[in-house]
Amino acid sequence: MASLRTTSRLFAASRPLFRPASFARSYATVEAKSIDPAASENPSMKTFKVYRWNPDTPSEKPTMQSYQLDLNKTGPMMLDALIRIKNEIDPTLTFRRSCREGICGSCAMNIDGVNTLACLCRIPTDTAQESRIYPLPHTYVVKDLIPDLTLFYKQYKSIKPYLQRDTPTADGLENRQSPEDRKKLDGLYECILCACCSTSCPSYWWNSEEYLGPAILLQSYRWLVDSRDEKTAERKAALDNSMSVYRCHTILNCTRTCPKGLNPGRAIAETKKMLAA
Amino acid sequence: MFSQKVAQQSLRRLAVQQPLTMQWSMMRASPAAVALGQSMQKRPVTSSPNTEDPAQILVKQRLNRPVSPHLTIYRPQIGWIGSSLHRITGVALSGTLYLWATAYLASPALGWHLESASMVAAMGALPVAAKVLIKATMALPFTYHSMNGLRHLMWDLGRGLSNPTIIKSGWTVVGLSVTSALALAFL
Repeated sequence: MASLRTTSRLFAASRPLFRPASFARSYATVEAKSIDPAASENPSMKTFKVYRWNPDTPSEKPTMQSYQLDLNKTGPMMLDALIRIKNEIDPTLTFRRSCREGICGSCAMNIDGVNTLACLCRIPTDTAQESRIYPLPHTYVVKDLIPDLTLFYKQYKSIKPYLQRDTPTADGLENRQSPEDRKKLDGLYECILCACCSTSCPSYWWNSEEYLGPAILLQSYRWLVDSRDEKTAERKAALDNSMSVYRCHTILNCTRTCPKGLNPGRAIAETKKMLAA
Repeated sequence: MFSQKVAQQSLRRLAVQQPLTMQWSMMRASPAAVALGQSMQKRPVTSSPNTEDPAQILVKQRLNRPVSPHLTIYRPQIGWIGSSLHRITGVALSGTLYLWATAYLASPALGWHLESASMVAAMGALPVAAKVLIKATMALPFTYHSMNGLRHLMWDLGRGLSNPTIIKSGWTVVGLSVTSALALAFL
């Protein structure tokens, strides 16, 4: 890449024709010169320490690997840094990513000690401080930054996340809802199931087998308050035991960490109120 | 007409020389390539056959998967640190109460003097610094646990659950419990 940059501007226009596909520049890399000519002379190198574990060599313990990137040539987000590391330094680095705009929830990971989406997390510009990137806490690691979310999805399935009703609607067409009832779903339907909140919850760390965790409980509350759903009693009965909801000890790491700004803690508190009523 | 004839002839020749290429799957290749006898796909390297069941590979990997780091790498925040302190102080307070109560019950049999009068006398004999220190270590868990308990009661009513309020109320509880514990210690 670097050698390509130094070629004469005369060839710049024709360059894509000759450049093999493997050199295609991604949006994660920024041409520093085009923004600020001084930037390429004063690189601001930041260290990224990334959790590495390879399933092909399972006897080797997980390690933290250091990578150095020039922030002037990197996009603003953590995901840009990771993509740049993968493209230009170490193609073996493995992580999930898809939409790069915080709607798919693939790139959920623990960045500088807090669970968030890499695509919504700005790289701290303080180059003296290294950034540490781990997979979501207390999950089984598939490889590097990829957690095994099988249990999480199983738990989501267990709350029956779909509309359940037996009576047909009046006009036989739509399940209508008043604006007030629709408003109750705001702050709930936006959840993208990235698992940031569930894996930030110490209760979920210790009891993930039986405790549903904040993300699933927020989804469960979304169906509990839906005015169109007719199985509220059954849904409540399924939650009414010592483990499913009541392992929540209002630590509220979930609310603190949610990259979408939602409030799973409040959803659980409201669920508890509904169960007590 | 002529071109058609040429194509037919070359196809026939191909069928005789390389019967394999005339299989149905190969017929879909472009007519020109077939006519030139170049329709066969060539693979310079053979891939090694995988005799293992892919599902079993996954099962084997699952056995080895490490658990990602959690408590040690999570950023210390007032929320979960405060919550763990609530749990620890709760256990310490109730543990002390149970221990003390059992010792008090057993004291006549064991010949210990845990009556109020002898305790007051023992405390009175201590220097002031020791008195304050003992009282502060007894008072701080108590004040913290009680005030954080009020916070929990508020949450159970579904109030004060927004992010800024959680942080503010957390630090308020820390401040109030320390000052009230000091006040109790200097009583």
